[in-house]
Amino acid sequence: MAISEKDVKHVAWLARLALDDAEVEKFAKQLDVILEHAGKIAELDTEDVQPTAHAIPLKNVLREDKVGRCLAPEVALANAPHQEDQAFVVPRIV
Amino acid sequence: MELFKLTIHELHEKLVSKEISAKELAQSVFSRIDDVEERVKSYITVTRDEALAKAAEIDKKIAGGESIGPLAGIPTAIKDVMNTEGIRTTCGSKILGNYVPVYTSTAVKNLLEEGIVMTGKTNMDEFAMGSSTENSGFFVTRNPWDLERVPGGSSGGSASVVAADEAIFSLGSDTGGSIRQPAALCGIVGMKPTYGLVSRFGLIAFASSLDQIGPFTKDVTDCAIVLNYLIGHDSNDSTSVKIDKPDYTKALVNDLNGIKIGVPKELMAEGIDSKIKAVIENSLKILEANGAVVAETSLPNIEHSLSAYYIIAPAEASSNLARFDGVRYGYRVPDAEDLIDMYMRTRAEGFGDEVKRRIMLGTYALSAGYYDAYYGQAQKVRTLIMDDFNRAFVDYDVLVSPTTPTTAFKIGEKVGDPLSMYLSDICTIPVNLAGLPGISVPCGTVDGLPVGLQVIGKTLGEEMMLRVAYSFEQSFGWSEKPKL
Repeated sequence: MAISEKDVKHVAWLARLALDDAEVEKFAKQLDVILEHAGKIAELDTEDVQPTAHAIPLKNVLREDKVGRCLAPEVALANAPHQEDQAFVVPRIV
Repeated sequence: MELFKLTIHELHEKLVSKEISAKELAQSVFSRIDDVEERVKSYITVTRDEALAKAAEIDKKIAGGESIGPLAGIPTAIKDVMNTEGIRTTCGSKILGNYVPVYTSTAVKNLLEEGIVMTGKTNMDEFAMGSSTENSGFFVTRNPWDLERVPGGSSGGSASVVAADEAIFSLGSDTGGSIRQPAALCGIVGMKPTYGLVSRFGLIAFASSLDQIGPFTKDVTDCAIVLNYLIGHDSNDSTSVKIDKPDYTKALVNDLNGIKIGVPKELMAEGIDSKIKAVIENSLKILEANGAVVAETSLPNIEHSLSAYYIIAPAEASSNLARFDGVRYGYRVPDAEDLIDMYMRTRAEGFGDEVKRRIMLGTYALSAGYYDAYYGQAQKVRTLIMDDFNRAFVDYDVLVSPTTPTTAFKIGEKVGDPLSMYLSDICTIPVNLAGLPGISVPCGTVDGLPVGLQVIGKTLGEEMMLRVAYSFEQSFGWSEKPKL
């Protein structure tokens, strides 16, 4: 087994996804098949191989440190499920 | 006349000569939508009023004697993954079911400035994750060639919309084959440019190191025309490349004399349907008859592409999709007890199963203890795959292969078995990992369903790739259309 139901519960928590028991069981089975397949690359000898994060070589891409155009507060907030006084409102944290 | 059947270049001539108006053209396309959309279901949103207003603007320009570009007045559909200001953009997901962007993606903006008439936003697999468009949070799109079959995915709606003549062309996005695979299954041309050629600004991110926007068209000429206006450096996308813009229509030369074409044996091996192989072998003969030198080559590491892809893409997705948390936009559960409860249930209710699978896969591959074995190793395998391509391109100008291992499969056939669904992208995924351009052109049918020939170019080798695709198309003379 590449991944257990306990692992699935743990990654679901890390990814902030609520799952019920039936989903944990279903996803554990499916993810196990996928990881079994994907895990085959572990057998390859890659000791002297450099990792690739991007297909094109990129250096630091920087812009001039200057204020550009930005969204007006009411525009930035236009899609918020709950907003008040130019702020996003979320359930109480503390 | 059934204007909706024509290509961009045919329609442009008619618009310029005032044989037709942009309004007539838009009305023709909308009457086609009225006729077939109920059966095909390509569109999530149809923007008829906006389109007719834009067409009237273009007509005014033409009447006033202003010169118009090749895309002016052309009815165009956009995959619902690209932000369009003031027009709902769902990404095929319930979590963005009510999202109305406050800005327009650069790719779409470039085309709007050229005068396209946007007909609407097309259906897709949720967050572009899938190969059949069955993962849409809204409904299933059907293949115009056989309504019981899938159009492919994730840009299924953008493929079916062109195949069914519900738009003259469309835009899609391709992370592992999401333009080329549905283009092949729907019998049209679909192209993924070199990574970085088209700005990703305003494209809702799936896997940022792989995503690229490209066109679906009825022929290769239209593909070159759209590409001319789609590309360009954008300071809003740090991965956007700076090049002098070529005129891609100049690459459309019907002659392959001396062009060297490699056929990777791994993409003609086990797993590719034997009837598809036969169609591809016939295509190779057509390329040879046009003067090309065709030979077998090898990309020994691409058998590991699928494994590397299903670690890298979900890893990037798990990070990109963290932004959907019910705070700034999209769905939020109405009755959250606290912040964590809001995150957990908003995402559980807003995302579908495939998106959850990939978020969890990616989170797992990046988590402590597994990072080196999965993500780190996958990035090294990506290097090996790129090296394979680089070696092959020393000897060959382009590589060709089937676009897909099978023709369009039945709706429901692969839904319960994610890995079998993933395998439908084995020919296209390596191209994304290496950041190369790839195009699928129709090359025949198997049992009445279309087959695609994939032409893979070198980095920024779009011109040679288009030349090979164009020459093939001219000699092959594809004219079949689905009967709807």
